[in-house]
Amino acid sequence: MDLYAFFFYFFAVLTVGSAFVVVFSRNIIYSAFALMFTFFGVAALYVLLYADFVAVTQLLVYVGGILVLIIFGVMLTTKVFSVEMKTGTLNLLPATLFTAIIAGMLIFVFSATDWNVVPDQEWDTTVYGIGALLVNEFILPMQVAGVLLLVAMIGAVMMAARDWTKLKSK
Amino acid sequence: MIETLLIAFIKIVIVLLVLLTAVAYSVYAERRISAFIQDRLGPNRVGPFGLLQPIADVVKLVFKEAIVPRNANKPLHDLAPVISLTVALATFAVIPFGNTITLFGEEVKLIIADVNIGVLYILAFSSISVYGIALAGWSSNNKYSLMGSLRSSAQMVSYELSLGLAVVGVIMVTGSLRLDQVVMNQTNYLFGVLPAWNCFVQPIGFITFVVAAFAETNRQPFDLPEAEPELVGGFHTEYTGLKFGLFFLAEYAHMIVASAIITTLYLGGWHLPYIDMIDVSPMLMSIIGILTFVIKVTLVLLFMIVIRWTIPRFRYDQLMGLGWKVMFPMALLNIFITGLILLLLQ
Amino acid sequence: MIPLNFYLVLSALLFTIGVVGVLTRRNAIIVFMSIELMLNSVNLTLVAFSSFLGDATGQMLVFFVITIAAAEAAIGLAIIIALFRNKQTVNIDEINLLKW
Repeated sequence: MDLYAFFFYFFAVLTVGSAFVVVFSRNIIYSAFALMFTFFGVAALYVLLYADFVAVTQLLVYVGGILVLIIFGVMLTTKVFSVEMKTGTLNLLPATLFTAIIAGMLIFVFSATDWNVVPDQEWDTTVYGIGALLVNEFILPMQVAGVLLLVAMIGAVMMAARDWTKLKSK
Repeated sequence: MIETLLIAFIKIVIVLLVLLTAVAYSVYAERRISAFIQDRLGPNRVGPFGLLQPIADVVKLVFKEAIVPRNANKPLHDLAPVISLTVALATFAVIPFGNTITLFGEEVKLIIADVNIGVLYILAFSSISVYGIALAGWSSNNKYSLMGSLRSSAQMVSYELSLGLAVVGVIMVTGSLRLDQVVMNQTNYLFGVLPAWNCFVQPIGFITFVVAAFAETNRQPFDLPEAEPELVGGFHTEYTGLKFGLFFLAEYAHMIVASAIITTLYLGGWHLPYIDMIDVSPMLMSIIGILTFVIKVTLVLLFMIVIRWTIPRFRYDQLMGLGWKVMFPMALLNIFITGLILLLLQ
Repeated sequence: MIPLNFYLVLSALLFTIGVVGVLTRRNAIIVFMSIELMLNSVNLTLVAFSSFLGDATGQMLVFFVITIAAAEAAIGLAIIIALFRNKQTVNIDEINLLKW
């Protein structure tokens, strides 16, 4: 087994294993930290796929941004001072059936299709290609994404502010 | 293959050794300088001028009993200091501490990991450093720890924005995310005399970055996470012995790494201005490069220490106001001006 | 060399785990984390295709997904915190004001 395959299996197991912990852990803070390992695993898989820029963005946005927000959410919405934070499950049987069907379908489609693969692609850096695409062909979606972020920011501040009228009078 | 791995390994070992020694002695420097500023003597008993004090400190911390509070979450309580220190040390991997050096007929780049996206790597790792503190605060099961860690998370997340946006200006000037390219770009001269360091090219970005870096490293005047009068010791209140030592090391490692990043991005890295006008042998040139880098980092570090002992702590609302209402618009303005000038110069 | 199918099956597994989380957990924040898992699996598929088909467009699409995810995280958590403030709970089966 070569080094590449070893790394792939290692990070694949890390990703899936910690994803299991995220979903099935009884302690919500363990879920949050397991999610961090999932994000790390996915970032490592990006590196194996020669997508260095995406990998670092993954760390920057998911691990450094979204997960911090989630942990804030956990700390603000649970009794933080008790270390035990139990959360329950529901609808186990129908959910299992449904997901089994989804998994079967996805794996069947993925493995049955004959993908038009370019053999042994070696990328030097992806930054330039992505940048050129973003400011040429996809300039309108990028602008829209920017507007979306602005709207989301204002909306989040409005919703989370304790009393909006008081904030306005300031 | 084996050869490259071996070279990388040697580089990692040397850099780690130097970095950890530097961390230990920056603690000593901080204590001596604070003593000088407050008209005290400071540590001067162990060895000549107290120079062996760091060793004594480490020995003391290692042999102290490690106490874990009864209701703390033990695995996370142990993990937190490790994350803090690892993240701080890992950031150093992409920083070029010299140009190239030719040893035994082999040209070696003086950087551990020469990656395409060094600038982003630094930002990513600085954003991860929140976790050590957040985990420590939460797992200690102590209200002071938790308040400290919540404050620090909010502070770091807010100042990360200005940090990232300030770096965008440097990226625009350089046209590359490679850190060695950033340094190379600063070896030119402005108007033929002034070295083209980014602190002259990007003055607004430079100030924004330095202030944000102070906030990111939780240093005075932004050390609210461990404001002693209010929060006992902040997030590391419940830590003792070696684990407390790790947090202590991490704080100073963060400072050194921050100084190295400031040096690389804004102060010309390993480049000594005007040295290329004199004829020096390549070997000497490499050594001068490394020395220049070390001296610049030390100066920035001393600056950080002096600031800590001369400026009072910010209030929490002032801190957030400064971050969002001053630093953030300034960083945006910097990007706008940089873009405008680049467009006009085209 | 790992073939493309391995990456695809991996992301299918990740997606499935996310679906399980959304369907079975009661805590809104865990549901939220499961959604992030699903988004990540989609990103992994996109990057795998981009790398194996030799086209950067897939990687660029990932950036849009990450943007949406960031916006979603901010809004979603604001909603959860507002909910918690009003009802003192984040369990989705106890939030049934619209169910008469």
